[in-house]
Amino acid sequence: MVKNKRTWFDYLLVVIFAFILVITLYPFLNVLAISLNDATDTLKNINFIIPRKFTLSNYKYVFEEGGIVAPFFMSVAKTVVGTLVGVICTCMLAYTLSRRDFICHKPFTILFVITMYVGGGMIPEYLLIMRTLHLGNNFLVYILPGLVWVYNMILVRSYIDGLPMALQEAAKLDGANDFQIWYKVVMPLCTPVIATIALFYAVGQWNSFMDTYLYAKDLPTLQYKLYEIISQARMQVDTHNTSETTQAVTPMAIRMAVTIVATVPIVIVYPFVQKYFIGGMTLGSVKD
Amino acid sequence: MAKNKARKQNDKHKITWETVWKQRYLFMMSLPFVIWIIIFKYIPLWGWTMAFQEVKPATFALPIWERKFVGFDNFMRGFQDRIFKQTMINTLGISILQIAVGTIVAITFAVLLNELCFTKFKKISQTISYLPHFVSWVIIASIAKNLFNDGGVIDTIAGTNLHLMSTNSPLIWVVIVIIDCWKEMGWNAIIYLSAMAGIDQGLYEAAQIDGANRFQRIWHITLPGIRPTIIVLLIMTIGSVLGVGMERQMLLSNGLVQDHTMVLSWFSYLRGIGSSDYGLGTAIGLFQSVVGVTLLLIANKIAGMVGEDKLV
Repeated sequence: MVKNKRTWFDYLLVVIFAFILVITLYPFLNVLAISLNDATDTLKNINFIIPRKFTLSNYKYVFEEGGIVAPFFMSVAKTVVGTLVGVICTCMLAYTLSRRDFICHKPFTILFVITMYVGGGMIPEYLLIMRTLHLGNNFLVYILPGLVWVYNMILVRSYIDGLPMALQEAAKLDGANDFQIWYKVVMPLCTPVIATIALFYAVGQWNSFMDTYLYAKDLPTLQYKLYEIISQARMQVDTHNTSETTQAVTPMAIRMAVTIVATVPIVIVYPFVQKYFIGGMTLGSVKD
Repeated sequence: MAKNKARKQNDKHKITWETVWKQRYLFMMSLPFVIWIIIFKYIPLWGWTMAFQEVKPATFALPIWERKFVGFDNFMRGFQDRIFKQTMINTLGISILQIAVGTIVAITFAVLLNELCFTKFKKISQTISYLPHFVSWVIIASIAKNLFNDGGVIDTIAGTNLHLMSTNSPLIWVVIVIIDCWKEMGWNAIIYLSAMAGIDQGLYEAAQIDGANRFQRIWHITLPGIRPTIIVLLIMTIGSVLGVGMERQMLLSNGLVQDHTMVLSWFSYLRGIGSSDYGLGTAIGLFQSVVGVTLLLIANKIAGMVGEDKLV
């Protein structure tokens, strides 16, 4: 490290980064403030980050009449099931492919890795799911097409490769079969990498929108609901609801409240997730 | 352990029913996924054949040999489509703007962050800069409406109506690229930062002794140090120049600006799924992939010719 006396440049950098942080955070704080502000008051001027007239009525409206409770639970269900199933399947597959003595080790690995580079594209995939498999508007469409991410599988496999082989051999001598070795010996040792891929699957599931848009409009998720609100509001150009004089809720206030509901889980999770993501990203650039 | 593996490698050559039986659990644990990947990834690959056939909802159920083979007709119809030319211009315009601006912004961010010497502040800045990356495009679209719509935050600050998201012109490209930069800047900088971490610190010390100031050190050490990384990433992005994602475009678009937000993947969706012209939709997708791979190979070749590190 070059140690220098602090110069004007260092302080300029601090100012620059303070500015970057403001630009990054302001839009989020603005959304939060609008969602907590009285809806009619917001119409005057939307450029603020501290609620002027604090109220929870936007959230109350959204949860009671906005129809987001079902989409919220759909998002939760999809995230929980997708993550759970995804992690188990990924680890199981990764274990078999980490076994160099498995006679299909090589062909299976190639079969999976190829799909990282070539894909069928949107239309053939759409036709397969909707016309051939008839998975449209079926909960399975959220789970099956993205069951295993090959990238995650490789992460787990290289982690298992780094574990001492002796443990597996000892278990084998004690009479354990391959399945038992996997879930009694290998899985407990894989906790860090399991946490990593679980976060990958969970963030992916929570944020995904195109799957609902393409395949399952009857099973709306929170992201899809928000999309609907965005496109509706586009038509009405944010005219506020005059029929409810006592508790005016504008499309904008609704949109902001839903946006916050969809963002909060990510904001809570991402500080913990980021270091794993970064690890995964740099591993990808170093390994093969 | 190495010995162990070598021995196992030798065993592998004798494939008998006995070994298959011994490894039955491994088969049970992997075969379902092999079937899964064949269904979900290899059958769609076979779907490329639809690009050369007339495939409509009525003929989709027919076996492949009974469908009408039309050669490049689907491609021709795609290229002659009323909106194809504008779509192509939009795709290239947005892509090139994004590659240029996105790369410069990410590198600048990484260089400045690397120079920041208040460790705690540096860490906080970096963590916060990732936040938009983890948020979905739907949420970003919702936030962008607040900022860029008529009468939104930016109009309020500017004091006039700038029509940022309601002018039917390439202005919307700039808005989309700005939003994309804002979302991905911190994230894209990671790879450059990790490249910078690999630069020999001795170079900086030597330069300092020779009297190089800070900007000279950035210009002559940091930037050349991450040059191979920049080249590799550029080659890879050039391969995806036609692959502008439909999700972002669709979410940040609206009826007023749609002429200038339409990109190839979205066009493929509209014609292929929206109008059920499966053959045409697939043809556009195939066109995107083929051009992408070709450009990637050309860029790679050029990089090699001018003496840069190649991808392969």
